[in-house]
Amino acid sequence: MANVAIAAEQINKWFGEGEARTHAVKDFSFEANFGEILYVVGPSGSGKTTMLSMISGILRPNSGTVKIEGTDIWNLDNDALAEFRLHKIGFVFQDFHLFPRLTTAENVAIPLILQKRSWDEALKEAQVDLEIVGLKDRAQLPPVKLSGGEQQRVAIARAIISRPDILILDEPTASLDGDTGRNIVSFVRKNILTDQRCIVIVTHDSRIYEFADRIVKMEDGRLMGVDKEKLDAQ
Amino acid sequence: MARQTRTAHPSILPIAENRCPMGGILRIAYKLLVNDRTKYAALLIGITFAVFLMIEMTSLFAGILARSSATVINIGASVWVMDPAIQTVANTIPLPDYVLDEVRSIPGVKYAVPLYSGAALLKLHDGTYQAVNIVGLDDTSLFGRPLLDTGNIEDIFAENAFIAVKDSEFYKLQNPAIGTEFELNDHRGVIVGIAHVSSSGLFGVPTLYTTYNRALQYVPNPRFTMSYLLVEPKTPADIALIKQQVTADGYLALTKGEFIDKISNFYKYQTGIGTNMLIMTVISFIIGLSISGQTFYTFVIENLEKFGALKAIGAKGRELILMILFQATFVSLTGYGMGVGLCALIIWLARLNLPDYAAMITYGNLGLAFVMVVVIAGISSYVGVRKVLRIEPFDIFRG
Repeated sequence: MANVAIAAEQINKWFGEGEARTHAVKDFSFEANFGEILYVVGPSGSGKTTMLSMISGILRPNSGTVKIEGTDIWNLDNDALAEFRLHKIGFVFQDFHLFPRLTTAENVAIPLILQKRSWDEALKEAQVDLEIVGLKDRAQLPPVKLSGGEQQRVAIARAIISRPDILILDEPTASLDGDTGRNIVSFVRKNILTDQRCIVIVTHDSRIYEFADRIVKMEDGRLMGVDKEKLDAQ
Repeated sequence: MARQTRTAHPSILPIAENRCPMGGILRIAYKLLVNDRTKYAALLIGITFAVFLMIEMTSLFAGILARSSATVINIGASVWVMDPAIQTVANTIPLPDYVLDEVRSIPGVKYAVPLYSGAALLKLHDGTYQAVNIVGLDDTSLFGRPLLDTGNIEDIFAENAFIAVKDSEFYKLQNPAIGTEFELNDHRGVIVGIAHVSSSGLFGVPTLYTTYNRALQYVPNPRFTMSYLLVEPKTPADIALIKQQVTADGYLALTKGEFIDKISNFYKYQTGIGTNMLIMTVISFIIGLSISGQTFYTFVIENLEKFGALKAIGAKGRELILMILFQATFVSLTGYGMGVGLCALIIWLARLNLPDYAAMITYGNLGLAFVMVVVIAGISSYVGVRKVLRIEPFDIFRG
C-alpha cells in the first residue's frame, strides 16, 4: 500500500440532466503506483479525459473518492486543492498550452512563480530543467520558434520543475509525428520516471504502448481490466 | 460522496521569507501584456486618444471659463456691486451714480469705487482699426490697477494717458511702446505704461487701462456710466451685511468667487458651450471605452486557454484576477500619462502659433480624466475577469 500514488475508488461522473444526462465515468476504481508509467487507453468518448481530470483534482466526481499519497483530494477546499496540484501534480497538456509571449525559460518557470518563488530563482531552475530535456540553448526563444517535439519537451520541463510526485500527460503524442512521439515518451521513460514518481498517460496511440508498465483500458466510462501484453498483441 | 472537514494539505509549505508573494505573477502579467505588441499598442492608442480628447475638451472649457472672468480676476476686488440682470462681466448694465453713495454709506464698507468697463474702436498709428476693452479705474485710488512692466503708474494721470496690457492680444495693438499714439473717437491717446495681468480676456481683444473719468470722456456712454462698484469690506464678516443692504436697494453684490461662478454658470448652462463640451467629453469616453474594452476583451479571450492552463497547474482565482487587474491598470495608467503628455504638447504647440489659445489643464480636468480612465479600466477588466473565472481547467483537457 505504501507504494500507491493514486487510488481512485468507485468514482462516477455524469453531465447534464434528465434525458440529456450522460454518465461519462461509471464506478471507476484503480490504483497507480510510484515508479511506474500507467497508460489509460480507449476510444474517443470512453471517458479517459474525464477520469484523468477527476484523479488530478480538476473535475469533481459526483461520487467516489480519489486519494493521492493518502490524501482525499476532493475533501480539500478550492485553494488547498490548487496548492496541492501546484506542488504534487505536473500536467502536460495535449496542446502544450505554452505562453507564446513568454520565453521558453519563463514558460518552464511558471509553476515555481506560482509557488511564490523569486523570479530569478525560478528562471535559474528552469534552465536546469531545460537542460534535462535537452533544450538549454532554446531558453530565450519564444515557444513559437520551437518545433512540435521541442514544445512538448518544454511542456514536460514545466510539468516537472516543481518536482511533482504525479505526472499527468494527456495525449502526449497527438500533436507529434510518429518518430517524435516515440522519442518523447521514450525520453520520459528514461529521464523523468523515478521510483518516487508516478506517471499517468492518457493515449490512444498504440505505437507507444511499449513504454508502459501497465495499461488500463476504458470503454463506455468503465474500466476494462486489460493488461499490457494483451494490448501489445492487438 | 461523504464529505469530511476540508483542510489545507499538510505537505504544502508556508511561503518562505525569500519568496516573492506576488511580484512574479505580476511580472508574468506584465510580459503577457507588453509582449503582445499589436494589442498593447492598440490598447495604449485607444486610452491615450480618449484621455487626450477628454483633457483637451475639458481644458478648452476650463480655459474659456477662466478667460471669461479675466476682468474679475485681474481687478481683484473683494465685492462687486452690479445690476441683478448681469450675466457676464463683459455685458455691463450701467449703475446710477447714487448707488455709489448708498453703498459707501453701508456700515462695514471700508471703501467703494466705481469701475468703467466697455468696448471701443481704436485707430492705430498705421490707420487700421482695432477693437479694445477699456477699463477705467477710479481716479482717486486707481483701485484694481495692473502691475506695470514699464512706465510709472502716476503717468496715467498725464494727458491722454493709457496703459496697455501685455497679454496674448498685445500684438494686435502692433506691440506698442511708451509714447506710441493712437486715436479713440477722434481723441488722441498715448501709451504711458506696459502692464501685465494674470489672465487674458476671452474675446480676443486687447485691454487698455485709463482713469475712470478719461474713459467716460473718450468713450460714448449712456446716461448712467458706472459699470460696477468695487467694494472693500472692513472685515470679511461684513460681506453678508453689505450683500443684504445692496439687495435691499435692488442691486446685487457678489464676492469675487461668486461673480466668477456666476459667469462660469452662464457659459455652462446658458450657452451651448457647456453642453457641447460635455457631449464631446462623453464621446471621448465612449471611444476610449470601446477601443480599450474591445481590445482588452480580445486579449483576454486569446489568452483564455492559457489562463485555464494556469488554473489547472495550480493558480488560484484571485491570482488570475490580480493579473488581469494589473494588466488593465498598467495599460490604463500608461495611456493616461501619454494622453496627458500629448495634450500638454498639443496645447504648447498651439500656443506657439496662437498666443490666445484658450486651454488650461487644471487638476479638475486631470482628476475627471483619471476617474474616467479608472472606469474604462474597471469595465474592461470586469469583462476579462468574468471570462477567466468561468474557464474551467477541465475545458483545457477537453481541448
